[in-house]
Amino acid sequence: MEILTAIFFTPFAEMWEGPVFFTEVVLNGLLTGVMYSLVALGFVLIFKASEIFNFAQGIMVLFAALSLVGLMELGIPAWLAVILTLVIMVLLALVIERVMLRPLVNQDPFILFMSTIGLTFFLEGFGETLWGSNVKRLDIGIPKDVIEYQGVLLSQFDIIAAVVGALLVFGLAIFFTKTTIGRALRAVADDHQAALSVGIPLKTIWVIVWSVSGGVALVAGIMWGAKSGVQFSLSLIALKALPVLILGGLTSISGAIVGGLIIGVGEKVAEIYWGPLIGGAIENWFAYILALVFLLFRPQGLFGERIIERV
Amino acid sequence: MIYREAGQFKTSYGADQAMLPIAQDRWVIAAVVAVMLILVPFLASEYMLQAILIPFLILSLAAIGLNLLTGYAGQLSLGTAAFMAVGGYMAYKFTTAFPGLNLLVVFLLSGVCAAGVGLVFGIPSLRIKGFYLAVATLAAQFFLNWTFNKVPWFYNYNPSGTITVPPREMLGVMVGGPEATAETRYFIALLVVVVLTVAAKNLVRGRIGRSWMAIRDMDIAAEIIGFRPYQTKLLAFAISSFYCGVAGAMYLCLYLGSAESEAYSIELSFEVLFMVIIGGLGSLLGSFLGAAFIVLLPIFLTNAPQLVGLTLPIDLQKHIELMVFGGLIVYFLIVEPRGLARLWQIAKEKLRRWPFPY
Repeated sequence: MEILTAIFFTPFAEMWEGPVFFTEVVLNGLLTGVMYSLVALGFVLIFKASEIFNFAQGIMVLFAALSLVGLMELGIPAWLAVILTLVIMVLLALVIERVMLRPLVNQDPFILFMSTIGLTFFLEGFGETLWGSNVKRLDIGIPKDVIEYQGVLLSQFDIIAAVVGALLVFGLAIFFTKTTIGRALRAVADDHQAALSVGIPLKTIWVIVWSVSGGVALVAGIMWGAKSGVQFSLSLIALKALPVLILGGLTSISGAIVGGLIIGVGEKVAEIYWGPLIGGAIENWFAYILALVFLLFRPQGLFGERIIERV
Repeated sequence: MIYREAGQFKTSYGADQAMLPIAQDRWVIAAVVAVMLILVPFLASEYMLQAILIPFLILSLAAIGLNLLTGYAGQLSLGTAAFMAVGGYMAYKFTTAFPGLNLLVVFLLSGVCAAGVGLVFGIPSLRIKGFYLAVATLAAQFFLNWTFNKVPWFYNYNPSGTITVPPREMLGVMVGGPEATAETRYFIALLVVVVLTVAAKNLVRGRIGRSWMAIRDMDIAAEIIGFRPYQTKLLAFAISSFYCGVAGAMYLCLYLGSAESEAYSIELSFEVLFMVIIGGLGSLLGSFLGAAFIVLLPIFLTNAPQLVGLTLPIDLQKHIELMVFGGLIVYFLIVEPRGLARLWQIAKEKLRRWPFPY
């Protein structure tokens, strides 16, 4: 009985009694969620265009951040370093398409997934050979002061991150709907063969998609790197982005955003109100269980394309 | 060239349905087992047994477990290490709670516990498919790792949080704990692996294996011709987890000796998945080839620079190892996506006609 009260009653009572604190928790969750969405976006872009579940997205975030820091340490000004890193990510996309994807065209999705895990190992070694494996600070001049609004404390950095995330999503939405390349990308995502038959070059599209998600990885890398330092653990946020991904639906950009927000809030609220009950540190698995329970009701995720099976 | 089955006529149904219908196959397998059983323990050094052969055997068993699920039943799982952890921790609980229990029985019981947990985490598989399911199995990985870390009952409330195998003996020989020699542990691992491999072989060529393959190839069609998808998938999860659980119990008792929950981390899951993919999906031989490859490759990579006379700084060497490992995996997938087992099959077919191909 006591335990039932502790699970079903006390946390809600706490929420009711401390509305300011509760708002703070939710807002913090939302802001963390935006960061998860940033990583999940890269996954979705690639999965949509090529049905490759790109496990290497997390390491691409790390690789981009490492390159940026490395270039900045060479004395290159920040804006130039960002551009150079973008160039590096495009080159990386070119090489990946040429060396890895082209020979594997038409293989089973499992095989492509495994090859991206191989790529993860390779990039991890490569990035650290190039730039060293020490923890690095990434300072691009984002203020980290805490501001107060009606009693709710928020970090300025998180707000800026959220704005950047929103801008990125907005930019991607325009890119996908208004530009020729964006339309070609959506065409490929809809139907590879039909896209090919109207003359859309599939290989170029793949390079573009990997480049764009390299760019998204760079943004995510900058934000996460500035928040918690550039180090190997940065690549582990990919594991955080996976439940976001399946919750939102593998093929939906808005799904990645909404999924990220849900997971961000759910995780924070659960950790603070229910966490102490069962020993804490539940952040690692809570997102997965949440996504799993959710999928039982909607197997394709929130905004995923309805799975239609033909025999 | 190597051998042909010409002239071997089957005169009974039993002979026709034998596990290895070709005589040469039977001889080769018998020879391999005999060598592993008699010659290897005499020739191999302590290091060979401890660092290569024991982990090879144990991880092969885990790879077989995953192969049953992913290769035969078509359900991609990224939570193998979690089910191995269930095996490891339950083996520790059983052997400390019942000190007189035979270690082999302990392995079996831990496998059964893992099968139970596998059943629970297999439930979503009816609704969720493909990559959604793969990510969902990660839930098992993270949740179970957390449980074994946080619930003190699993490590008998000891303050360090590690589980250590106490000394155990079987037929008067030490088999568990620090005093057990590498040879005895090797023999036990070999025994379990051989028995369970034969069992797996018979599973996959029988009714159950065929139902798994039908579900894998097209689940709706399989359902229409009368296979029950829910039972079939759950059975695949249970049996696969049983194998992984036994492998996890042996991983603790025969290989590590003492472990924390980090020993069964997601890296181990990926390692086993690599074995299955590199070895060949849907092939038992492939599980062994893949396990050998993945166990040997890092050892080879660590020692390769010294062999050529290069000395590299340790951190640089570690990074280069990672790069080569990743690169080789991609390379192997490009060369033969269906794995080493398929390469062996192609080689055999080529060799049949060599040196006089058409």
